Amino acid sequence: MAAHRTEPAPAAAPRPAAEESPVFASRRLILKATLTLPALSVLGCTKRRPESTPPHPDPLAYFKPGERDFIDAATQRLIPDGDDGLGARAAAVTVFIDSQLAGPYGQAAAWYMEGPFAKGTPEQGYQLALTPAQLYRAAIADIEAHCQNAFGKRFAALATADQDATLHALEKGDIDLPHASAKDFFEMLLKNTQEGFLADPLYGGNRDFTGWRLVGFPGPRYNYMFDITQYGKPYTLPTVGLLGRNGNLVWS
Amino acid sequence: MATKLPSVDVVLVGFGWTASILGHELAEAGLQVLALERGIYRDTVPDFATTHIQDELKYAVRNSMFEDPKRETLTFRNSMEQTALPMRHLGSFRPGSGVGGAGVHWNGQTWRFLPTDFKIRSETESRYGKNFIPAGMTIQDWGVTYEELEPYYDKFEYLCGVSGQAGNVQGEIQAGGNPFEGPRSRGYPLPPLLRSAGTVLFDKAARDVGFKPFACPAANTSAAYTNPLGVQMGPCTYCGYCEWFGCGNYSKASPQSTILPVLLKNKNFSYRTRCDVTKVNLDASGKRATGVTYVDGQGREFEQPAELVILCAFAQHNVHLMLLSGIGRKYDPQANTGVVGRNYAYQITSSVDVFVDELMNPFMGAGALGQAIDEFNGDNFDHGPEGFVGGGYIALWTTGGRPILQNHVPEGTPKWGEGWKKAMAQNYLKSASIATHGSVMSYRDSYLDLDPTYRDIYGNPLLRLTFDFHDNEHKMSRFITDKATLIAKALPKLRSYKVNQRDGHYSIVPYQTTHNTGGAAMGDDPSTSAVNRYLQSWDVPNVFVMGASVFPQNAGYNPTGTVGALTYWAADAIRNRYLKNPGPLVQA
Repeated sequence: MAAHRTEPAPAAAPRPAAEESPVFASRRLILKATLTLPALSVLGCTKRRPESTPPHPDPLAYFKPGERDFIDAATQRLIPDGDDGLGARAAAVTVFIDSQLAGPYGQAAAWYMEGPFAKGTPEQGYQLALTPAQLYRAAIADIEAHCQNAFGKRFAALATADQDATLHALEKGDIDLPHASAKDFFEMLLKNTQEGFLADPLYGGNRDFTGWRLVGFPGPRYNYMFDITQYGKPYTLPTVGLLGRNGNLVWS
Repeated sequence: MATKLPSVDVVLVGFGWTASILGHELAEAGLQVLALERGIYRDTVPDFATTHIQDELKYAVRNSMFEDPKRETLTFRNSMEQTALPMRHLGSFRPGSGVGGAGVHWNGQTWRFLPTDFKIRSETESRYGKNFIPAGMTIQDWGVTYEELEPYYDKFEYLCGVSGQAGNVQGEIQAGGNPFEGPRSRGYPLPPLLRSAGTVLFDKAARDVGFKPFACPAANTSAAYTNPLGVQMGPCTYCGYCEWFGCGNYSKASPQSTILPVLLKNKNFSYRTRCDVTKVNLDASGKRATGVTYVDGQGREFEQPAELVILCAFAQHNVHLMLLSGIGRKYDPQANTGVVGRNYAYQITSSVDVFVDELMNPFMGAGALGQAIDEFNGDNFDHGPEGFVGGGYIALWTTGGRPILQNHVPEGTPKWGEGWKKAMAQNYLKSASIATHGSVMSYRDSYLDLDPTYRDIYGNPLLRLTFDFHDNEHKMSRFITDKATLIAKALPKLRSYKVNQRDGHYSIVPYQTTHNTGGAAMGDDPSTSAVNRYLQSWDVPNVFVMGASVFPQNAGYNPTGTVGALTYWAADAIRNRYLKNPGPLVQA
């Protein structure tokens, strides 16, 4: 890990995240760590993303392209851009959720998923037979069908006011999804979106510390022995992640 | 068919705090001790290194250090009329798994219970009359007193290197400490931690309102420390990653940072990991344990004979194992007979979030860095006019500012969208939360038994939890939340506050505390307790049961200090009395 914590040499040609996959990226980090060569030259991927490329350059681990469009649009409504800073899209929250769903969380690897399944009370918690990955797939398909029905358009193509109204309706359980629970899905989506905005960037979200910079969290630091009693004073050292001052999983 | 292994003197089920203490005490006494741990081995180096442990998503959100419900969970319902359903992922509580148990990922909040807590039924009846205790409330005295436990509290605190300011040393009230605490034989081993911005504000506000705030006792070292076993700890750096994380700095007391360096060198002691104990085996009489059966990580079944079996797993797991093994009579709430599973209790918590015009830098903190008042805990105040039993402390903790889970937004903030984002940007650095930590009494209808439907990976019935908050707890919680609000309103530079009351039914969904208690209550009467005052099974005298499972009801404090004290108390009884004459230490 030590090599990851050192500052990367300034990249002559900043590399877009376009061609990264989590597997590719982690291999590249290993290469970086072992060869201590700038990753760019190792892999030679220096071409910039053309302006016309859709705003979803990251390859997908779980989502299908249409699902990604939904998540990208929905998460950007949950955490929109504003005067105070950029939102979910800039933080690559979609990349985060996609890779989470492809991993043990998405598969409910640690969850008790034995039947029989019953609805239960709100106090009894999650009782669906679906893993998170399955719930996303089922819910997105149902929501897209609802949007086609109600608006004649895909969710991503709706006006933001209609997107917000749809999300509010899901949150309240006012839209009946044939294959999923709207409330359970919305709750999971909101939670995962906030995680992707505020987790260490090594998981693909919170890119460029978008979330941490917004709130003022300086990242995981080891020692505040001399700072904790500086009451009322700002903490001024730069933001760090577990992978260093450029905490991103990919150098961007 | 289980492979039978050579016998040992003592088998410990689990390898967390209580097993580490007992392992040390009994191996020192010359016994061959074996601990069977269901989880993995882990140690400060390399598992808790700060280069990777400070990862909120992995540890605090995705629960990397806790038990996997896939392997072990329980079913839950609020009342006997409902059908219990499985806790499919962790929520309200997070039992640990792996060497060190939850002692690895606790905060280090190390309290003593009050002298009156141990005599709650007799004290309540004598002060307020028999009718003061509502029907269905099954609280009872512990069978052990604070005075008896005092030396063992002291021993645990010195093992851990607790930082704090004593409030009562041998009856003398000490300035700056908790004036309500029971008398202690000496002060804490270390002075209090440095104060955070939030605890400074709380201290001033609480004083202004007329209360007596003090530094919370912390098993986070305020200075370098060498404990009585010779194990060295380093000063805490206030990195803000205690609870849900292992400490990479040897600053938070855990079995790894206080006992294991000595215990693992003791030739009388050994341990095996990835071993799920599925049953305590009894002989034909049912009055004597012959050892345990366990399944190892490769799915092989073993029988481990032992002279003494000590259950050191997490509270409800001890009860589960007793029910699966037929140790003691199982509790029947309808008939009101039996004891195993009886008197399950928990904790009732609430909070008042405060938003101020000053930078609080909440990310600089430690798990037990807090300032508290104890005016409304236990029987420290007159319950007569209030009409409820119990109480709790009120504290402002600065445990860290991990942004996914440790953020506060003012009243009326939307749950998402522009409003949420603005509120996060404006308040993360300028907010804190005043917590109330309330007791939960035991009731006839709050209990543990075996589920009729759902099974674990070995085909055994899951444990079933039937539990809800009762009126007494809601009343008490509202009362102390009002007091917390008084303090909140007095905070310097206050902009606004938000009261988070714990109303309605108990829910297994939101995290509250991992202070699950009871199910194998201790006491003086075998008809209402599963273990005697030395934590020994009334029915199977070579089985002892550790941990919060023996609490007859829960007090208004975090349980670990009392769990540690009871473990040393039981270890002493085993070493000095049981070994000389194995058999019941108390005649039923």
